[in-house]
Amino acid sequence: MSAHANAYVPKSRVAKWFEARLPILGLVHSSFVAFPVPRNLNYFWTFGAILMAFLGIQIVTGVWLAMHYEPSATQAFNSVEHIMRDVNYGWLLRYAHANGASMFFVAVYVHIFRALYYGSYKAPREVLYILGVIIYLLMMATAFLGYTLPWGQMSFWGATVITNILAAIPVVGDTIQSLLWGGYSVGNPTINRFFSLHYLLPWMIVGVVVLHVWALHVTGQNNPTGIPIKSSKDAVPFTPYATIKDVFAVVVFMILFAWFIFYQPNYLGHADNYVPANPAVTPAHIVPEWYFLPFYAILRAVPSKLGGVILMFSAVLILALAPWLDTSRVRSCNYRPIYRQFFWLFLAVTVILGWLGAKPPEGGYVIASQICTFYYFAHFLLVMPIVGLIETPKALPGSILESVTGPGKQVSGSGMPAGAAAAPTTKG
Amino acid sequence: MANTSAAASTGTAAPDGTRRDFMFLATGAGLAVGVGAVAWPFVASMAPDAATIAAGAPIDVDLTPITDGQIVNVFWRGKLIFVRKLTEKEVTDMKAIPEGQLSDPAPFGARVKKGHDQWLVVYGNCTHLGCVPIGHQGNFEGWACPCHGSQFDAVGRVRRGPAPINLPIPPYSFQTDAKIRIGEEAKAAA
Repeated sequence: MSAHANAYVPKSRVAKWFEARLPILGLVHSSFVAFPVPRNLNYFWTFGAILMAFLGIQIVTGVWLAMHYEPSATQAFNSVEHIMRDVNYGWLLRYAHANGASMFFVAVYVHIFRALYYGSYKAPREVLYILGVIIYLLMMATAFLGYTLPWGQMSFWGATVITNILAAIPVVGDTIQSLLWGGYSVGNPTINRFFSLHYLLPWMIVGVVVLHVWALHVTGQNNPTGIPIKSSKDAVPFTPYATIKDVFAVVVFMILFAWFIFYQPNYLGHADNYVPANPAVTPAHIVPEWYFLPFYAILRAVPSKLGGVILMFSAVLILALAPWLDTSRVRSCNYRPIYRQFFWLFLAVTVILGWLGAKPPEGGYVIASQICTFYYFAHFLLVMPIVGLIETPKALPGSILESVTGPGKQVSGSGMPAGAAAAPTTKG
Repeated sequence: MANTSAAASTGTAAPDGTRRDFMFLATGAGLAVGVGAVAWPFVASMAPDAATIAAGAPIDVDLTPITDGQIVNVFWRGKLIFVRKLTEKEVTDMKAIPEGQLSDPAPFGARVKKGHDQWLVVYGNCTHLGCVPIGHQGNFEGWACPCHGSQFDAVGRVRRGPAPINLPIPPYSFQTDAKIRIGEEAKAAA
């Protein structure tokens, strides 16, 4: 599949000279020009490109913000206000960075659920998928560290709560906590090292993204049918088809991003974070950023500190086991009538957990969190293995081409319109 | 060299690989020590530094301005500490609670210093995840945590919610009846 039809042939003398010494142009050509893309991809497959765009946006705006920011317990809050009020376009850089983090998570959640719906985690893409889970973990760490930097009330108490979570780890917890704090409590040494780590982790994400894309280009992309590319007619070259489609999707997504920056820049934040950090007063309702809420709900569903911490981390790590927990031979939910119902239930439960995570931890909310937490884990540990064994999948189309053009009169029976995938066929 | 191969070829002692194995293990061990020695300063530099430790010296708190039922916030080592003067009623109530009702059993006497029943000194961060519980709230004459719903009684014992243990008591000692020193236990002899 990765045997590319048209290899790169350098034209100019300079290109030939360079290619003989470092074949990077050929690498780019085979990865982003000639690379065969399944012709039936829908718009859910553009979120990889959207994520790349946001990684770039976060790094660029972050580097620029770092030129004006002071990582100290006394100056951090003031320097953020200095960025907002005094620095030319500082408000734009900061709002782009803060809302960019949220957009990054919007896109990554679409990307993750896309992978779960279409079975993109299944063989031979396990390593590709697990690299994605690692990127997600790094993103969570980076976002948490970044959120502490303005040193407002939510920053300070978020840092306190999360470092106390780590202290629950048996034996080494207190040592880890002390090394993170650099003192006896969250304070000036903490914000200094959090800033350093917040600058470091994005580059680690860049590194893992390179591996993620590399692995993708070894196995090739999954697609809505879940069946592999069997002939050249099943595929179109990455450029121009995927390139243009990705660019278009990025532009559309930027409209949402711009709407937040220019019209609702603080909607996704918390007003409490515009109050300087005060170690003597906890905000009345302490909640993490929206993208952590499902895990926060799981943490609070358990009436034991260590138990809650273990379940919360397990909720992320269990994603990495999906390739082995899912026993179905069919990848795509389009052909899995029973599992598809459970998929939507799982999505709903995750969203409800997010809603519960923002509610106070009392009464019915706690019970609902416990029920949802149970289903969250049951989906992986019970539904995935059992449904895969008992379900009779629908007949798969003979090829990707057939799924698009629909000849052969095989009752492919996919209840899926596949509308978005139709366009590339006209140009053939 | 010649001697070596001669010795090996006689075949009496160890097989041919022995010297190389030894070199391999010795190099590996040397490398491990070297990596550890280089890593140590990096890890150790993240521990609390000398200035932070120096700033964590004991502090004195004057108790005279604190009235019955009042909770005063004090910071020591950047950590919030509640100094609370219990009312007579709270002392009586707390003494009356059977230990069996407590998830982290501690008698009243273990929560205050001997002869100073009215004075409670505890860390002011919830033992769950470190939020600051709000005083005079909840059902137990003590504190209620706004974050995850833990409740503590008037002597800081956990009574409800996810907090695993009672509010810990920092090291402190009475210098006089009206002054405590936080960060230093009383000398054993006294």
